[in-house]
Amino acid sequence: MVMQYYFEALRDAIYEEMVRDPMVMVMGEDVGHYGGSYKVTKDLFKEFGGLRVLDTPIAENSFAGMAVGCAMTGVRPIIEGMNMGFLLLAFSQIANNGGMLRYTSGGQFTVPMVVRGPGGVGRQLGAEHSQRLEAYFYGVPGLKIIAPATPLDAKGLLKSAIRDNNTVLFFEHVLLYNLKEEIPDGVDYIVPIGKANRLREGQDLTILTYSRQVHHCLSAVKTLVNEGYDPELIDLRTLKPLDLEMICESVHKTHRVLIVEEDYKTGGIGGEIIALLNEHCFDDLDAPPVRLASRDIPTPYNGRMEAATIPQVADILQAVKHLVD
Amino acid sequence: MVLSQEVNVIPKVVPPEITRAQGLELYQDMVLGRTFEDMCAQMYYQGRMFGFVHLYNGQEAVATGCIKALKAGDYVTSTYRDHVHALSQGVPARAIMAELFGKATGCSKGRGGSMHLFSAEHNFLGGYAFVAEGIPVATGAAYSAKYRGTDQVSVNFFGDGATNNGAFFESLNMAALWKLPILYVVENNLWSIGMQHARASSVTEIYKKALAFDIPGYLVDGMDVLAVRRAAVTAIERARAGEGPTLLECTTYRFRGHSLADPDELRDPAEKDLWRKQDPIPKLARYLVEHQLATQDELQTIEDDTQTLIEDAVQFAQDSPEPPVDEITRYVHAEDE
Ligand SMILES: Cc1ncc(C[n+]2csc(CCOP(=O)(O)OP(=O)(O)O)c2C)c(N)n1
Repeated sequence: MVMQYYFEALRDAIYEEMVRDPMVMVMGEDVGHYGGSYKVTKDLFKEFGGLRVLDTPIAENSFAGMAVGCAMTGVRPIIEGMNMGFLLLAFSQIANNGGMLRYTSGGQFTVPMVVRGPGGVGRQLGAEHSQRLEAYFYGVPGLKIIAPATPLDAKGLLKSAIRDNNTVLFFEHVLLYNLKEEIPDGVDYIVPIGKANRLREGQDLTILTYSRQVHHCLSAVKTLVNEGYDPELIDLRTLKPLDLEMICESVHKTHRVLIVEEDYKTGGIGGEIIALLNEHCFDDLDAPPVRLASRDIPTPYNGRMEAATIPQVADILQAVKHLVD
Repeated sequence: MVLSQEVNVIPKVVPPEITRAQGLELYQDMVLGRTFEDMCAQMYYQGRMFGFVHLYNGQEAVATGCIKALKAGDYVTSTYRDHVHALSQGVPARAIMAELFGKATGCSKGRGGSMHLFSAEHNFLGGYAFVAEGIPVATGAAYSAKYRGTDQVSVNFFGDGATNNGAFFESLNMAALWKLPILYVVENNLWSIGMQHARASSVTEIYKKALAFDIPGYLVDGMDVLAVRRAAVTAIERARAGEGPTLLECTTYRFRGHSLADPDELRDPAEKDLWRKQDPIPKLARYLVEHQLATQDELQTIEDDTQTLIEDAVQFAQDSPEPPVDEITRYVHAEDE
């Protein structure tokens, strides 16, 4: 076992996959000489050279399109969005080609690429650098979407994403890069796509969450347990496809659901989950499912306003008590 | 269409090419930019401003040389490195400092921050956090001026890295096509974070890219405010006469890291030293004194007064209230006053 930061776990995942498969390469802004703005690709350039660790100009739409062309013809690119928000400029190539080309070509081509990088609300980075693109991309057919909350999951899921033959969007979180965890040494550590992780078993209600909000939920759960509550906590990890089996199984037991997400409430993933609950386990529900999400406002720069934009531990405590009591 | 092949050169002017009043204005404006940014660095390290803060030290001659050649009513559009463009365009130091402190009195009411400065009152169309994002917007302001039949000119600043983005080429094409009154001002500081310009651009001479659109492209010494001013005046005249856009490539250098969060480990110290020696502020000071447009004492007074002004801006920002959290949804929609 070694203690590793989230960013180091990601780096190791990329390194191991590049060693394993010579077709795996990285492209993006400042991924080479600079080592990535959050150091996820640190020194990979020295190890693998400029052909496999490609520093691109600031041309998101076109380098994403290039990655598609590479992926259609045998290469397995990992695109780093310096910030995932910047990939709004690459939306067309990711959605049209990464998402749909397999289908529109009648199954002739696959687009095995990974699109990864930091997203989420950081510390006063301003609206454009605080985006949650997972919800914007959610409706695009053909894409898989992952958002790991821990170093271990970051590593295991990134390795799965790189080996997957679809286009996988992999959302890291700006505030998780310096999170530490023990990682098994010298093991080909894999976490399968599409499998959620039950972090705590409980009877009172099911809390569904992902990415940084997992940590808010963990601290809320600690308090709740001390106060005699018995919540079940599930880290979704993969947002698309959702682990509906685990979700329904849990709801069958608890009959109550709280969703905690950092994306916007309107058009967010929580809304989609609630619709799925209605379709798949409506009869198990004893109360309307509740979602805590970001307010529908561009993320303000001011610190207090920013904090009021996203769900906080106190909001989770209150929502749980409201649902259970 | 046949491209005009002549090389675009701004004719030299017999010195002194400016009046005493103009010289002092240029000097004051560059000192304002420098002093403001030095204070930002201090405030950032003291934990009084947050997020990504991109400073402009070294590049002052570009903002000052272009913006001080404009008329009231002209438009300026910038990037995330926007404090000094805003200052030159007349946005008060107090309003910018307060914004960086996240205060209600900030030019974006505490909601924007460093990368999203705006001031409608000063026709400062923004701070844009995404690279190349401002280029089409500035082009739109130029189209709008033409549409409304005004003689307003739009000036757009961006970096060398932005010129590798499609928005640059797409905008230049439209501006040339419709003869829009706009100056595209590239601040070529040789680096895009850790990416050297020569590693990112197949043709490193950015001004030559004007040729593809048959518009004038000038290579300008961006460390010399008078050279920048000369080029800007020529381009502004052309724009106002309805003859169309101009591309100005100003060679310059940022004296600090990309942002205050950048360890700045890749740039060679020798390269930094070389450029520091070309600091545009002492360069103008020497010119003013040499041509008897100002005395050392007068320049010192400008520096002292500017220091006082910036300290006042910090005090103002410090004393200003934060925006009330219960007004968090205000300004999401056009209906919110
Ligand atoms: C669309 C987009 N991609 C990437 C970034 C990250 N980024 C911010 S500044 C920068 C470098 C820009 O360099 P340049 O255009 O030369 O301007 P400079 O910062 O040197 O003034 C990059 C890559 C961004 N803000 N927006």
